[in-house]
Amino acid sequence: MENFGFLEKIDKDPGNLIKALQAVQGLYGFVSDDAVRAVSDYFQIPAAEVEGVLTFYAQFKRVKPGRFKIAVCDGTACHIKGAPQIRQWISAELGIGPGETDKDGLFSLEVVACLGCCSLAPVMSINGRVYGKLDRKGVSRILKEYAAK
Amino acid sequence: MSKIVKIRVGTASCGIAANAGAVLEAFQNTVKDIPVEGTGCIGHCYAEPLVEVLTDDQGSIYYSHVKPADVENILALGETGRFVIPEGRRKLELVKVLALAGHVDPVSYEDYVANGGYKGLERALSMAPGDVVQEVLDSGLRGRGGGGFPTGRKWSFLAAKQAEEKIIICNADEGDPGAFMDRSLMESVPHQVLEGMLIAAAATGATRLFIYCRAEYPLAIKHLNIAIKQVYEQKRNVIRGRELEIVIKEGAGAFVCGEETALIASLEGRRGQPRFRPPFPTDSGWKKYPTMINNVETFGNVPLILRDGAAEYAKVGSEGSKGTKLFALAGDLKYPGLVEVPMGVTLAEIVFGIGGADPNEVKAVQTGGPSGGCIPVELFNTPVDYDSLRSLGAIMGSGGMIVIGKHRCMVETARYFLDFTHRESCGKCTFCRVGTTRMYETLCRITEGKGQESDLDLLEDLGKKVRAGSLCGLGQTAPNPVLATLRYFRNEYLEHVREHSCTALACPALVDVKIDLSKCIHCKLCVKTCPAEAIAGEDVLAVDNSKCVRCNSCIEVCPKKAISRVKRGE
Repeated sequence: MENFGFLEKIDKDPGNLIKALQAVQGLYGFVSDDAVRAVSDYFQIPAAEVEGVLTFYAQFKRVKPGRFKIAVCDGTACHIKGAPQIRQWISAELGIGPGETDKDGLFSLEVVACLGCCSLAPVMSINGRVYGKLDRKGVSRILKEYAAK
Repeated sequence: MSKIVKIRVGTASCGIAANAGAVLEAFQNTVKDIPVEGTGCIGHCYAEPLVEVLTDDQGSIYYSHVKPADVENILALGETGRFVIPEGRRKLELVKVLALAGHVDPVSYEDYVANGGYKGLERALSMAPGDVVQEVLDSGLRGRGGGGFPTGRKWSFLAAKQAEEKIIICNADEGDPGAFMDRSLMESVPHQVLEGMLIAAAATGATRLFIYCRAEYPLAIKHLNIAIKQVYEQKRNVIRGRELEIVIKEGAGAFVCGEETALIASLEGRRGQPRFRPPFPTDSGWKKYPTMINNVETFGNVPLILRDGAAEYAKVGSEGSKGTKLFALAGDLKYPGLVEVPMGVTLAEIVFGIGGADPNEVKAVQTGGPSGGCIPVELFNTPVDYDSLRSLGAIMGSGGMIVIGKHRCMVETARYFLDFTHRESCGKCTFCRVGTTRMYETLCRITEGKGQESDLDLLEDLGKKVRAGSLCGLGQTAPNPVLATLRYFRNEYLEHVREHSCTALACPALVDVKIDLSKCIHCKLCVKTCPAEAIAGEDVLAVDNSKCVRCNSCIEVCPKKAISRVKRGE
């Protein structure tokens, strides 16, 4: 059961809405419907407005991510060096598309704009750890390593 | 033999991605009596992980591509694996803003001060506020975020305001895919950015400082937080008798928030949608207070101006663009990385001289990310400054520079940029919301071989209207990549719409995958790897192109390089 008592630590200024949502996501990995209601009550903002802010920003997730969060970079440098293929390979191995979590709750996949490691393109990150200069074998090896964890 | 005084391992994001963490650990476990520290980025990303060994009599020795197993060789100052800066780069580069990056401990206040840090702030505080503004005006510094507005003039607007609160925001929402200048500066020398902001406060009478940093840069945020704490401890945040608070706000991933009024909306906890200007933020910004926004790199330049004086600063650069500029070089070149050059060097000098790209293999360079334009290799003699780039239909942008090789498809590249901008459009202006989507759909049609020649006119027409009918920089510049490629690479578009083929073999719908049977050794690795079960056969393997998803898996795993893309139907 989720508990949103920690919101009390955040100043009730509606300017802190994004900060509060980031705190929720930091704790639970995503923002549930219950969380939307709790945040809406706390700041006295309509839930629709909270939802509006949530869906505006790419960072916020409305579904529970997997234990290992894969972010495939599709920035310019990665794109021209084959990011769409990297995404395809991962989807083929794990059977999930961007924005999805596999049925065991182990991996989730998303495509992001730029991880800022352009000189190592193509790159992806898993739970924040960046892997660069990916090729077909590298992707397989890395996914296997995580699956065994 | 030389004595080792100190060992530094580059542990900025690129270094970490190249496994510098393990190298740092290996040194820490092996050496007990020599200080080992992580440091920022010296910009040679292609050589990561990089290790600097400081000696008592030979200066610094660098090692590149270091693995944990190399520790012994390095401690013995071995000859193998030594790193020398490529000559082209050594000649052309002028390191000013990044002078300390990779040479100080990013989170050491003492290191920064020992290298001339906070001298600029001290001088600013000894001057009248108006004189500080004048100094920045005289330096000729222009906004490094892309717009190129004279920084001193922006400061003078805020300084002239009388208000209970005045706000300064550092725009660290580096959202351009392909740009990492601001990240490197914040990770490597966070104090330099803070000093620039504090000088701005001393000049304008600001009461509150914000840094709006994208959440995708955790290391930059960590280092800035440590640096802010040190600034508080040292009371550097006391500006003319008033104690200032410096607050980091994490962005939540929206490209449009790089735009001033959208950024302010986001800081106020709302959807990051821009609004009509005027009123300009310096008249009414965060919570209606006068607000001034500068980019990270702009603030990074300020301490130099105050420390060395405007005249000294303005010695570098071209007529209308003073100082140096950071560029994030990536794409099809030998030495990707972060470079700093004087304004006014040519694209050729950056791409070929510093980047080591092969002049026979390069087709174009994309400056300014999705807001910029592709500049063809024929125009590489153009000097890099705000005004020259604009005249070519590109922009300086924040400094991302992607080199595009001859084997890439420009139509597919334009499609990629519009895919990004149409998704990032905030939806407020119809021309941007609907227009970029129609442009994207048209480009998809062309790359799928379903385009017609009239589509090119449609793109040009829509492009001009989106540019004219959008409120903010995102919409006004979104058509740039399309209009620029139509201007310089029209032949590629014509090939796609007339012959429905793609010479670069990049557009999946226009290529087949074929096995060269004379090279095939029947190892069947391709059959095992194919996710679509499109390869079959016993003695003679063949690709069923109706099943194939063009993922290139087989091409990559084939040990004999027998599989390749060919034009459709060949």
